[in-house]
Amino acid sequence: MTLLSDRPLTAMIDPAAGPPDCAAYGRAGGWQAARRALGGLAPADIIDMVTRSKLRGRGGAGFSTGQKWSFVPKDPASERRKYLIANADEMEPGTFKDRLLLEGNPLQLVEGMILAAYGVQAGHGIVFLRGEYHLACTRLHHAIGEARQQGWLGENILGSGFSFDIHVHSSAGRYICGEETALLTALEGRRATPRSKPPFPQTGGLWGAPSVVNNVETLCNLPHIIANGPEWFAGLGLGEDGGTKIYGASGRVTKPGAWELPIGTPLRQIIEEHAGGMLPGYRLRALLPGGASTAFLDATSLDVAMDYGSVEKAGSRLGTGMAIILDDRTCPIGMIRNLEHFFAQESCGWCTPCRDGLPWVERLLTAIEDGTGQAEDMDHLARHARMLGAPGRTFCAHAPGAMAPLASGLKLFAADFTDHIRHGRCPLPAAHGGMNTRQGAPS
Amino acid sequence: MSTADAPLPAPLRAEILVLAAQELHPRGAAVAALRLVQARFGWVSTGHLCEVADLLGMSADDLDGVATYFNLLFRRPVGRHVIMLCDSVSCWIMGCEPLCDHLCRTLGIQPGETTADNAITVLPTVCIGHCDHAPAMLVDTTLHGDVDTVCLDHLIDTLRDTP
Amino acid sequence: MTRIHIDGKECPTRTGINLLQACLEAGANLPYFCWHPELGSVGACRQCAIKQFTGPDDTKGRIVMACMTPVGEDTIVSVDDTEARDFRASVIEWMMVNHPHDCPVCEEGGECHLQDMTVMTGHNTRRYRFTKRTHRNQDLGPFVKHEMNRCIACYRCVRFYRDYAGGDDLAAFASHDHVYFGRAADGTLENAFSGNLVEICPTGVFTDRPFSATYTRKWDMRGAPSVCVHCAVGCNTIVNARGETVRRVLNRYNTDINRYVLCDRGRFGHGFVNAPTRIRTPLCATDGQQVPVPVADALARFARMAADGRIVGIASPRAALETCFSLHALAGPQHFSTGQTRQEQSCAELAHALLGRHPGRLPTIHDMESADAVLVLGEDVYATAPRLGLALRQSVRQPSFHTADEARVPRWMDAAVRTLGAECPSALHVLTPAPTALDDVAADSVRAAPDDIARLGFAIAHEIDPAAPPVADLAPDDTRLVTRIARTLVAARTPVVVSGMQYGSPALMQAAASIAAALARATPSAGLSLVLPECNTMGLAMMGGLPLETVMEQARAGAISALVVVENDLTRHLSPADVADLVAAVPDIVVIDHTVTPLCQHASLVLPSAAFSECTGTFISHEGRAQRSFQAVFPPAPIQAGWRWIQALGQSAEPAAPHMTELTGWRDLDDVLAALAAAFPHLAPAARAAPDAQYRMDGQKLRSQTYRASGRTVIRSFVSVRDQPPPASADTPFSSSMEGAYGPDMPAALVSGYQASPWNSVQALNRFQHEIGGDMRGGASGIRLFPSAGPDDAGRPYAYATDIPTAYVARADTMLVLPDTRLFGSEELSMSSPPVMARATAPTLGLPAGMVRSDRMTLHLEDGPHILPVESVPGLPAGIALCPAHMVARAFRFPRMARLERMPDAGEGP
Ligand SMILES: Cc1cc2nc3c(=O)[nH]c(=O)nc-3n(C[C@H](O)[C@H](O)[C@H](O)COP(=O)(O)O)c2cc1C
Ligand code: SF4
Ligand code: FES
Repeated sequence: MTLLSDRPLTAMIDPAAGPPDCAAYGRAGGWQAARRALGGLAPADIIDMVTRSKLRGRGGAGFSTGQKWSFVPKDPASERRKYLIANADEMEPGTFKDRLLLEGNPLQLVEGMILAAYGVQAGHGIVFLRGEYHLACTRLHHAIGEARQQGWLGENILGSGFSFDIHVHSSAGRYICGEETALLTALEGRRATPRSKPPFPQTGGLWGAPSVVNNVETLCNLPHIIANGPEWFAGLGLGEDGGTKIYGASGRVTKPGAWELPIGTPLRQIIEEHAGGMLPGYRLRALLPGGASTAFLDATSLDVAMDYGSVEKAGSRLGTGMAIILDDRTCPIGMIRNLEHFFAQESCGWCTPCRDGLPWVERLLTAIEDGTGQAEDMDHLARHARMLGAPGRTFCAHAPGAMAPLASGLKLFAADFTDHIRHGRCPLPAAHGGMNTRQGAPS
Repeated sequence: MSTADAPLPAPLRAEILVLAAQELHPRGAAVAALRLVQARFGWVSTGHLCEVADLLGMSADDLDGVATYFNLLFRRPVGRHVIMLCDSVSCWIMGCEPLCDHLCRTLGIQPGETTADNAITVLPTVCIGHCDHAPAMLVDTTLHGDVDTVCLDHLIDTLRDTP
Repeated sequence: MTRIHIDGKECPTRTGINLLQACLEAGANLPYFCWHPELGSVGACRQCAIKQFTGPDDTKGRIVMACMTPVGEDTIVSVDDTEARDFRASVIEWMMVNHPHDCPVCEEGGECHLQDMTVMTGHNTRRYRFTKRTHRNQDLGPFVKHEMNRCIACYRCVRFYRDYAGGDDLAAFASHDHVYFGRAADGTLENAFSGNLVEICPTGVFTDRPFSATYTRKWDMRGAPSVCVHCAVGCNTIVNARGETVRRVLNRYNTDINRYVLCDRGRFGHGFVNAPTRIRTPLCATDGQQVPVPVADALARFARMAADGRIVGIASPRAALETCFSLHALAGPQHFSTGQTRQEQSCAELAHALLGRHPGRLPTIHDMESADAVLVLGEDVYATAPRLGLALRQSVRQPSFHTADEARVPRWMDAAVRTLGAECPSALHVLTPAPTALDDVAADSVRAAPDDIARLGFAIAHEIDPAAPPVADLAPDDTRLVTRIARTLVAARTPVVVSGMQYGSPALMQAAASIAAALARATPSAGLSLVLPECNTMGLAMMGGLPLETVMEQARAGAISALVVVENDLTRHLSPADVADLVAAVPDIVVIDHTVTPLCQHASLVLPSAAFSECTGTFISHEGRAQRSFQAVFPPAPIQAGWRWIQALGQSAEPAAPHMTELTGWRDLDDVLAALAAAFPHLAPAARAAPDAQYRMDGQKLRSQTYRASGRTVIRSFVSVRDQPPPASADTPFSSSMEGAYGPDMPAALVSGYQASPWNSVQALNRFQHEIGGDMRGGASGIRLFPSAGPDDAGRPYAYATDIPTAYVARADTMLVLPDTRLFGSEELSMSSPPVMARATAPTLGLPAGMVRSDRMTLHLEDGPHILPVESVPGLPAGIALCPAHMVARAFRFPRMARLERMPDAGEGP
């Protein structure tokens, strides 16, 4: 049966056919979990099952989902305004997994949200959707409409006494909106600056009400956990963590893309098997394992298992699990400059180190890349990596995220930096990897 | 398309009020309302911003603080079509810079500018989640992947001809 | 109390505060920007980083933001830690990335918090070598200048302006390092507290525009502790002067009153002292012409008047206590008038009486901020007592503080508390005839005629205490409202009821007093506050005297040979007909004032008195607080304090009347106050409002200039370059120069500015306080004349007022005209200040929406018809019209019934 597939998240996704409609979704095993939950499980049971499933948040931080929910005040949904929010902001460069889930099977997210909402007894659901995801938006609206029509959303779902509905908020573009407290601020029609914790969203979130923010992929796992049991789900993972993970690769690999694999799949397998290895003529130089805000790993780390603990031990973070590959003909300094440009521009402007430090970093890198770097620039870069990199020095995790590729890059590409400064130019034959045009890569 | 100087049409105002009513506080609809206006006029003029602020019970200053915060809300006019070329890391590796140069040279504008015939605005944008088909771009609401100079030239011709 | 360890030193400190406060209170020089004692912590600037250790064995520690970390028992921190220092130096360096190095031309220079912090962190070499971003500046109106390039994005301005003061026309725009603080478009900042941006902003983004026109560095100005004269609240100020001109007014911290914030009328209203309308020499009327005369001639002229018969003295609620009292001594108690109409005076005396017998608490402005329920009964406090209004605005945050307490979030975690309190209900109820600036935060804002509001008030009192008289014939809606408000007030721990004299209605004040008294039976801290119109209205109410009507009668009876009017423009109190009568009936009028008023033209003698900034004097605020305002400027002779002119008149009168003997012997202000204490024992404590002239610190007088003051001869170089001995004031313990003592422990009433090296900005105030946001090290400034707890007649039932008005019935032919009191435009003195004049808008006639049938209408007042543009006022009850006080009819007395006539619209036939 499909649901017991080892690729539960993507089993129903068929890019050629488009997303399943409500009936097809049901035929393929959808709604089982919702029926089971609303038909007899207590909210506490849901939280317990999710805790036991070893599901960790797929938004980047990897916090235990069940544990996160346990901080929500337990009042029934009918008595207290609470929110369940799907974080579909997905603006981390190199990351496109949530888009696949949203476009491929939006009903799965809807069911996951119903389950999560039932677990924490939230009556209001919101999908915080990135503004650029137009197709996902259309499909999501359609799916929600259908689900509502079929009685999966609205008042007194399945006669359970539980009411819940979902509203889609299309954002207007800013990476920081993905940070869960900034996301709440954005939903309140304010400038999306992060908020201090406490209060944690679970107790004082949107409009001061208890709120849970979960990543799309996290939520999409729920129907499978509830339908097939936490033990089954936990067993899907290869190591400590439970379930599958959508991994991906972009850059000069043969088959860039995304694949659902057991969590803990070795990096080498992802790149060599699924992504088909490097394009002919290119060698892997280094990679960011889980999006732009993770530290570089080099080829020596390819055997790392892609789970939270192992990647951290290897010196980086699992992040979104979507790898960005740096090849040997692309300038690492150019790549870091590009990343820091992104982070500088996406800084919300609230705290000083991030707001004014990142642009400085970007300019230093630009200077070095352009050949006007000075020896002491390296000290400045290192200083920034140190000052902005440690958590607690900036207001939120944006700046530490920005420093991950820089700090690791300064070590890994030390020679490249020195060469640039010494020779006053990029030593690569075709300066900037970006100058190379695409050569026969399949799509 | 109506002009951005005229007041908001009544149905649009009504739609904004409906959005506001769905929120716990009207200001929760701020971004949605501005997006509606932009969908209709291409950008958010100061006059429209003030009207929306009024509908949401916010001051214009307050709402403009929100509007100017977001990347996708345009407070200046754009052309009939907006090409948003991704300049983030995967697309950069795959050569978005030369593509952008090519595009701008062909159109005779700088990134951020609009062609003289008001047909096309080029804006660099952050990662649009199409990294497996880098370089990628968003043309109005349509995603394009594996972009090269040939398909860019073709696209420009098509866009110039469509209203 | 608890203790923490800072760099190995054990420091006793308070619980419930954050580490930044604790470090500052322990004397550490820890830099900060986004934190502000009144605004709390948000952790934006990251400047206050310190190292925190988990225990004695933790050697690594971790960087935390001091402002975001609560003090705990035995918390161990290091300010000196190298890593923390490095980080702080980096933060400054980041701020300086875009900050222009324009200190030489910046008006913040020398008192700039950013300069202080930069020096403090040791950042002194510029390493950023790329271009700076630049911004365009905006025209923000007559009060505040804008120079955005200096911005370090601490977000204080918007947090103050929006969150604290409730303004909505200043915002943060854009993002990343492009953030911009300003308005959507150029234009005047509308909030009544915009001027505070000048002090709130730690750099020179927002500076004082009027000051800019005659800019002088901080150290080149004399400073004097002063008291605002533009309403009865009595906010404490610092007046800065150079040469003979006042340059600016700054906030002076008073724990109980204004704390960190002044209203714009108070900050920018001082311009009248430098205005061309100032009277600078004695003027004598000869042949219908007023000509300047030497002092001796003027006094001789007065001697002749005095010889002719009876002199009557008319004092003023805007004159200092000493001046009023000296007039009392000159004219004698039988011939002394308060300079107010019977209605004004009886209202003021009623307020005094009600406060005197209130069994609960008389809350300070600061107390009102923490009131957990507030009822405003018929007073637009934002217009009549702006600073009090701002305090009430803060009170609505109380429920969110309680929510925060429950969530264990400290109250100073500003953004967090605001998040948690997003849905907390307000317990502020505003019952006024017209909309007020508090409505946006009120749970109820109800519009009704003053009499109807009084009726609601009496009904609330009855609902709380059945012993209070009931109100007959209330509508069911009103009954529900009454029950709802009564419930909120009863449930509160520190409820406050506020009313005042704005509508000239004794019933309103009585109703307010009844409610507060009813509450006080079960809630002893139930507070009553009554707003009065002028800076010394209370002082006069406590002295008593004849109302103007009695003076009129005596004049008409031919019993007055000369009137001595001090600092009072009678044309604001008496109708033109009455003024004409008075002028006709009294042979000689002597006007002593600092500013030309319409009354002057009727005077046979005009004498130039010193404005508040040029002499020392005492004012009694609406809550009965005596406060001293000190001389900042030494005006050119013959300008002198009002009481000195009166004394001179007394001395010139030959033979002096027996009651004048005392007056003629006074040497200085302390003598006046001693005499006042003897004559009015209940005013005696006023003498102790500030240390007397004999006060010495370390055996020295106090300096009123900084050690860096320069250019004494330069200031007068257009007269002479010869050095002059510095002027001296017999009335104060201040030297007029940089010689003398100064320090953070000096008496608060004598603080002439804040500076405590290395703190040169207004933030140096932290060094003058025992606890941040708490009492001043040198004790309180000013003295309360009423006990703050109720009279000790325990058990005796409160005598509730029983004269409940009947309901107001709107009539077809006439309107009840009420004053539309304005923040800018209604108060007399500030209307001679150019920036305030620029903010006053043209008078309009406010009518209920349904009544507006043409653009302009004619209002028939006692002085004739006035054609006015009409404005619809939402919610204004039927039968009521609003007319700006003193702008249309100068002597606008209210409430008034008046006829209203429709004017044909433009283009319309008659
Ligand atoms: C700068 C920044 C950007 C983030 N962007 C996203 C995002 O786009 N999508 C997302 O799910 N989580 C994002 N996160 C993580 C969220 O803050 C939050 O941890 C996550 O949504 C929680 O969901 P999870 O527990 O299901 O992972 C971001 C965090 C930071 C600091
Ligand atoms: S680190 Fe600071 S400026 Fe950067 S995004 Fe977070 S809060 Fe905003
Ligand atoms: S003062 Fe502590 S972060 Fe700004």
